[in-house]
Amino acid sequence: MPNRFYGAGLPRVHAENLTGLLVVIEGADGSGRSTQIRLLRDWLEGQGHAVVEVGLRRSPLVAKELSAAKEGHILGRTTMSLFYATDFADQLEHVMIPALRAGDIVLADRYVYTLMARDIVRGGDRAWVERIYGMALVPDVVFYLKVRPRILVERNLEKNGTLDYWESGLDIGLARDMFDSFLKYQTLIQAEFARMQERYGLETVNGNRAIRTIATDLRARIEGALGQRLGSADDAGPPRRPLSKRLSEVS
Amino acid sequence: MAILLKSTAPRADDAHHERSTYRGKLIAVEGLDGSGKSTQIYLLKRWLELQNARVSFTEWNSSTIVKAATKRGKKDQLLTPTTFSLIHSTDFAHRYERYIVPLLRHGYIVLADRYVFTALARDAVRGCDRDWVRNLYSFAIVPDVTFYFDVPLETAVDRILSGRPSLKYHEAGMDLGLSDDVNESFRLFQGRIKDEYARLAEEFNFTVIDASKPIETQQHLVRAIVSDRIDLARFVRRSRPSA
Repeated sequence: MPNRFYGAGLPRVHAENLTGLLVVIEGADGSGRSTQIRLLRDWLEGQGHAVVEVGLRRSPLVAKELSAAKEGHILGRTTMSLFYATDFADQLEHVMIPALRAGDIVLADRYVYTLMARDIVRGGDRAWVERIYGMALVPDVVFYLKVRPRILVERNLEKNGTLDYWESGLDIGLARDMFDSFLKYQTLIQAEFARMQERYGLETVNGNRAIRTIATDLRARIEGALGQRLGSADDAGPPRRPLSKRLSEVS
Repeated sequence: MAILLKSTAPRADDAHHERSTYRGKLIAVEGLDGSGKSTQIYLLKRWLELQNARVSFTEWNSSTIVKAATKRGKKDQLLTPTTFSLIHSTDFAHRYERYIVPLLRHGYIVLADRYVFTALARDAVRGCDRDWVRNLYSFAIVPDVTFYFDVPLETAVDRILSGRPSLKYHEAGMDLGLSDDVNESFRLFQGRIKDEYARLAEEFNFTVIDASKPIETQQHLVRAIVSDRIDLARFVRRSRPSA
């Protein structure tokens, strides 16, 4: 039964009757996340599904302060982890859960896996951060867009002309120059995702391929999850039938 | 091991060192609003300063980093038990990593007006899972001395209610929905926090001070206990020879 919590969950929040679908897209900057989310949104809305997007540093509560602190490079590692956890929890309670209760499809542009991987790569304790995210909902599908670090470099340089400070792991002193640091950091993050893959049921998607090919791949997998969700809706909560049927009844 | 949740391995980052790497001492005060703890820690600070000891003071909920967000969250009532807990842990972590740890490592006496026990008590009352909250704060060392100012509930509540024209929403625990009446809500909320402190007192070896005694009596006791447990001479600055 999907849409339960990984751990202790959230006080005074009930996760029953979440009839929507939680789809997570994970991957580095330049992995094609935003592009794929845009294409998925078009496709889903085209089919008549209500779509809500969430992502890191987008909470009304702390996004502004978190972004400012991130720019200023003034946070310790534990502080940074907890700040991101606050941002995540705010969106979880105020955006994701209400949307899922309303039957929407939530597209999450990154989720707790990136947050955990970043923390662990920086020497954080795995058990500590995993327990914190015991508050997170188990998604219905998690895609991990895996792209070779050299291709990530290429795409980031094409788009921004430079590599991002944090995505290069410059704060942890892996190498003297940004290029080497980026490659090393992304390799560490990928290794961490490989470790998480089985435990969290991540579906690794080969992101080196063409945009259209990946999009087709994602759609097929989401259709599967959608079919399951709609099919089992009678046991899962309030009755909910495939949209096509409801539409035909209207006409 | 001097971490709060013993089953959590020490993290390998800067915030985590065995107590043996700390040359300083950490003294915390805890207690209900209106227990008089802030007065007591202020007087302790003055006493240490007058001896020219290396001493530093830190206060709950005071880091600049999340101040605006906390204020907005409280004002607009955006905070849930979970985000209330997390935003306070972020605030604490920032003060801990940025100030408390370096001061302790260098050899300061750090005085904390409220410490993680405030969060453990309040968050539990708000319904957060106790183990989850403990894990959040497991990076923090247990203080060398934790004074708990124990005061009858009515005394503390009366002190607060007579001194303040109106209580703030979260301060009164209105978010718990215990009562529509602000003063009654505050009374019930504080009662529950007192129960949580009682649970924590034994486990974390609080030094309990009877806060219904006169201020001077309490302060004499506090100073005697500090003198007894901490070799103050180690913390006194040697005055530099004048030129």
